[in-house]
Amino acid sequence: MTGTTITNGSDKPLLEASKLTKIFGTLKACDEINLAIGTGEIHSLLGENGAGKSTLVKMLFGALQPTSGDIAWKGQKVTVTNPAMGRSLGIGMVFQHFSLFDALTAAENIALSLDERTPLDTIATRAREIGQAYGLPVDPEALVGDLSVGERQRIEIIRCLLQNPDLIILDEPTSVLTPQEADLLFVTLERLRSEGKSILYISHRLEEVRRLCDRATVLRHGKVVGQCDPRSQTAASLARMMVGNDIHVIDRHPAEAAASTQAALLEVRGLSQKPRGPFSVSLHDINLSVRAGEILGIAGVAGNGQGELFEAISGEVLQERPDIIRIRGTDAGRIGISGRRKLGAAFVPEERLGHGAVPDMSLTNNLLLSRHSTDRKVFLTGGALRLVAERSLALATSRIVTQMDVRKSAENPDASALSGGNLQKFLIGRELDRNPSVMIVNQPTWGVDAGAAAHIRQALVDLARSGSAVIVISQDLDELFDISDRIAAMVHGHLSESVPIEAMNRERVGLMMGGVDHSIAPENAGTI
Amino acid sequence: MRIEIVKRPQHSALFSALSPFIALFLTLIAGAILFSILGKNPVSALYSYFIEPLTEVWSIHELLVKAAPLILIAVGLSVCFLSNNWNIGAEGQLIAGGIAGSILPVMFPDMQGWYVLPVMLLLGMAGGMAYATIPAFLKVRFNTNEILTSLMLVYVAQLFLDWLVRGPWRNPQGYNFPETVQFNASAILPEISSASGRAHWGFILALIAALLVWFMLSRTLNGYEIKVLGRSSRAGRFAGFSAGRLTFFAFLISGALAGLAGIAEVSGAVGQLRTSISPGYGFTAIIVAFLGRLNPLGIIAAGLVLALSYLGGEAAQISLGISEKSARIFQGIILFFVLASDTLIYYRIRIVSRAGDAVAKGA
Repeated sequence: MTGTTITNGSDKPLLEASKLTKIFGTLKACDEINLAIGTGEIHSLLGENGAGKSTLVKMLFGALQPTSGDIAWKGQKVTVTNPAMGRSLGIGMVFQHFSLFDALTAAENIALSLDERTPLDTIATRAREIGQAYGLPVDPEALVGDLSVGERQRIEIIRCLLQNPDLIILDEPTSVLTPQEADLLFVTLERLRSEGKSILYISHRLEEVRRLCDRATVLRHGKVVGQCDPRSQTAASLARMMVGNDIHVIDRHPAEAAASTQAALLEVRGLSQKPRGPFSVSLHDINLSVRAGEILGIAGVAGNGQGELFEAISGEVLQERPDIIRIRGTDAGRIGISGRRKLGAAFVPEERLGHGAVPDMSLTNNLLLSRHSTDRKVFLTGGALRLVAERSLALATSRIVTQMDVRKSAENPDASALSGGNLQKFLIGRELDRNPSVMIVNQPTWGVDAGAAAHIRQALVDLARSGSAVIVISQDLDELFDISDRIAAMVHGHLSESVPIEAMNRERVGLMMGGVDHSIAPENAGTI
Repeated sequence: MRIEIVKRPQHSALFSALSPFIALFLTLIAGAILFSILGKNPVSALYSYFIEPLTEVWSIHELLVKAAPLILIAVGLSVCFLSNNWNIGAEGQLIAGGIAGSILPVMFPDMQGWYVLPVMLLLGMAGGMAYATIPAFLKVRFNTNEILTSLMLVYVAQLFLDWLVRGPWRNPQGYNFPETVQFNASAILPEISSASGRAHWGFILALIAALLVWFMLSRTLNGYEIKVLGRSSRAGRFAGFSAGRLTFFAFLISGALAGLAGIAEVSGAVGQLRTSISPGYGFTAIIVAFLGRLNPLGIIAAGLVLALSYLGGEAAQISLGISEKSARIFQGIILFFVLASDTLIYYRIRIVSRAGDAVAKGA
């Protein structure tokens, strides 16, 4: 933890925040934060979810106004009143959740954020030029809906670069990329740095921060708890700074030898499905089976049919024949989600707000969401009237909150008031609480801080070891290697054969995710 | 210069609760301005509009007569609106209920007995339900916009009623007036207290309906399902709820209550079918539902307020010489301010000057 400022260009930092504070109600989201970003450096902002990273960045970018404190830009004190002003100063932002319209072309999407009088051809030409200069190949005429996530991110970055910013803020940019795509992004970022641009890089992937960044500022509970040169740190020491104590190492005690002889609890046989909308992916002859006691990891870049597979297994979308999905030996292909839950299955979708939970409903109400049919006797009273038993719900909620260490600000807050990690702990706990024998989780730790992620992963491993079959769909390879017994990959709606974890390595899974591994039937690979 | 509407990061619970009152207050101010432009003394005008009708027992009875259909319909609409089903056709369902409920007294006037009235009420509900099924079916099966279909069906119902009372159902001894026969005594919804005024049991039915629906919405899994699907259809599907089934449920409930309002109005307040049986209760009830914050208990209060605007309109016509259409103006102003206050609780207005815009484009 060095206190000295490292800048590659001038003495004055490009951007300097001093004692920046933001208070929401009684919560100090940011507490007297000091941050200096030098010219031509890649500066990492590290911190758990809810540490105040987003709030800090929003204040720098003008999306939020600080309660107190100052921002100096190139030595001048400035008040950034809105994002447009942030952009005009030279601060560009690439968001974690892309703000692109699927039905428009790349160039049209870029035009939306620029001077509306610039002709589309000019934008397309400039986008192409910038793309070539920085190794971001993109076809400006392509419909965004047809592009991969990596390509969409390139559009966002090009859109940002078109405004010629001095400081580029990237929010968790690699969370949606394959290892190979991430490598390409790093090349681009290093080129930008060599041109004297500064980059504020938000990530929780410690390895890439160590590899890429010149300096790191670590936040915890809204305060700066350390500044360091990440290259001189280990991933463990960075994690310790973020979380405040040592990260719990996943205890993956080996599956019982007997597990391999157990009958499959979940089987999918020949699942094919046409796309259900213009931007949805079709599924092609998917086969898998998961036995008691094991975790099947499904790797893949977002948008390759994981969401569709999840909805097919959960029963939100029914199959043509009952025998396509078997849950604990029962043909479930024509049974809806409540019926599949009653067979012992539990589901945690990728989208927390608006799919796994209703944002403006309380935790107790959100508990009822997935439990009203399986736990009818506990949560509903009054016979045919089906009255909601508030007290049982409150009891079960507080049990889950304790079990999963969900941190919340009020007794029974709305789901949207929880941070991503805490809500996810609650949603996983909601399902674990009924000891499901089959569990399928899509992106369990997407956007979740390291501490909560470790907690969630351990809970999934423990569930499997207690005799349940678990499927984890994830883009996070570290996670899959941490907890899976077998790994398969999804690409273009195809699922590869699964490979035992002992025989798996990063390169191979990267190739499988790209659809070039032999374990994907060659005649199918590549079709959309 | 450009005006933008920006979502507030957090909204004030206090102002959410106060919003209907703010809206009413602003309506009074707007009304006062309106009256002074018309050359009336705003204070006395507002007095005769909103206070005078409350000073006499008989006119309080009139208030309840007008509030009954408003509350009945708005309670049903709250179920629709909470579940994201935009039923704008309650007026048509009211008419369908009025017609279906009148089958017995018009076509079988000799039928008399205690059973006539309950059967009429049930037929009225069935008529409203049947009529509301049409937009629900079209929405679920063909994904049509229920706002359009339910609204257009209002005019179909109005014209059908018009044809019916001028044609096949016209009273043969009625000197060619477009009216049906007067209902016989056993087909009349009785007054609550006939000694003091006209208020009939429709108001009691409205209170019962409001309490039942309030109970369903706040205490039962059905109510939970309505709220979940209304807020997020995807989360609703995840919960195993069916949006299509709920669309039918919501339309059937609101159709039944609108139909009940129709037959209660016909058999309680009018006593026969005429070419027009409602001064737009089905549309005013939309305002009632929103002023009552889609909460059946709030709707009882809101129904009384809007009923007052009808009475005030009649009073203003007599004492001020203003057209009774002014009631519609007041209702419109109330809806405007209710929606505006609700919007401004969740959003704020930002004015972006051209200069700032140009700076934003500077790069």
